[in-house]
Amino acid sequence: MSRIVVVTSGKGGVGKTTCSANLGMALARLGRKVVLLDADFGLRNLDLLLGLENRVVYTALEVIAGECRLEQALVRDKRQTNLALLAAPQTRNKNAVTSDQMRQLVESLSQLFDYVLVDCPAGIEQGFQNAVAGANEAVIISTPEMAAVRDADRVVGLLEANRVSKMGLIVNRIRPGMVRANDMMSVQDMLEILSIPLLGVIPEDEQVIVSTNRGEPLVLADRPSLAGVAFAHAAQRLEGKEVEYVDLDGGDESFFERLVRFLRGSRA
Amino acid sequence: MIAELLERLFRGSGQGSREQAKQRLKLILAHDRSDLTPQMMEEIRREILAVVSRYVELDNQGLEFSLETDRQTTALIANLPIRRVRGEVLASTLTGPAAPTTENS
Repeated sequence: MSRIVVVTSGKGGVGKTTCSANLGMALARLGRKVVLLDADFGLRNLDLLLGLENRVVYTALEVIAGECRLEQALVRDKRQTNLALLAAPQTRNKNAVTSDQMRQLVESLSQLFDYVLVDCPAGIEQGFQNAVAGANEAVIISTPEMAAVRDADRVVGLLEANRVSKMGLIVNRIRPGMVRANDMMSVQDMLEILSIPLLGVIPEDEQVIVSTNRGEPLVLADRPSLAGVAFAHAAQRLEGKEVEYVDLDGGDESFFERLVRFLRGSRA
Repeated sequence: MIAELLERLFRGSGQGSREQAKQRLKLILAHDRSDLTPQMMEEIRREILAVVSRYVELDNQGLEFSLETDRQTTALIANLPIRRVRGEVLASTLTGPAAPTTENS
């Protein structure tokens, strides 16, 4: 029984595609057969993040229209052969296909792979409806910002209405220093508000931009950055393994913060 | 003591925007989740006040209406400070004729 997981957030720019690429690659490295389906019709980017843009010939649209076979449209990753990409069309928009067509597409992909990861477009319109159509699980991405959390909450409600009940939260782009200074919501704050189980905590990381420039997901690095490690851990949790959360504090802690922490600790 | 002193010394007031974000979000999400429009909330408020005021005199300054919610339930929290209880006679004369219409609606 393969798992069909939609990666979604409501708000744009919180890191859906980055998370999809890294989760997909990490799961493939764990030995799972994974297909990443870019459901962001008209604004495709997943191929870029994976560095596969030059190998895309057919897209999901041609498969749906019956203009090519599914196998022809799948782009196998040469670095990690367990991973394949089904790209989104760039010329058409989100109304080019129906939810039923997407459901069928996802269904046929699930015959070939252990995981179908659907990278959802921003928004809650037709594109969202299409992306969640065949899914039975969801990974919700949110940053610790008010607008992102509000939109994530809306999406959680819509997913429940679509009978997608298994959900996990990835808190993306957290800045531990700001949380300590009480100027950013903590992971605990967000869990309290959204009340869905936690799947991963990804720190803000400049390497994300570098990895996009190169077309190499963070988890592929020989010595992955903290964010890369955090993505790999999130993938393991998705697999049902219990992984300790990496201590994100410490890294950017100032002398006085350490002193305060030390004095606090000695009191307790 | 020393820790707090140091914290205050090197971080200004120490009161960041985090708690503000959390509280504002909780409030806005309670409304988002309940699908209650501000108009409906206002109507509920007016009607509850009208009913309660038949029996007791309320302190208008201290009235509070808010929605609280978690994933499972949404609750309407009303805080209605009572100034004094109205007389028995007044209550019965007011509720008497009004009761059938409210039950029917």
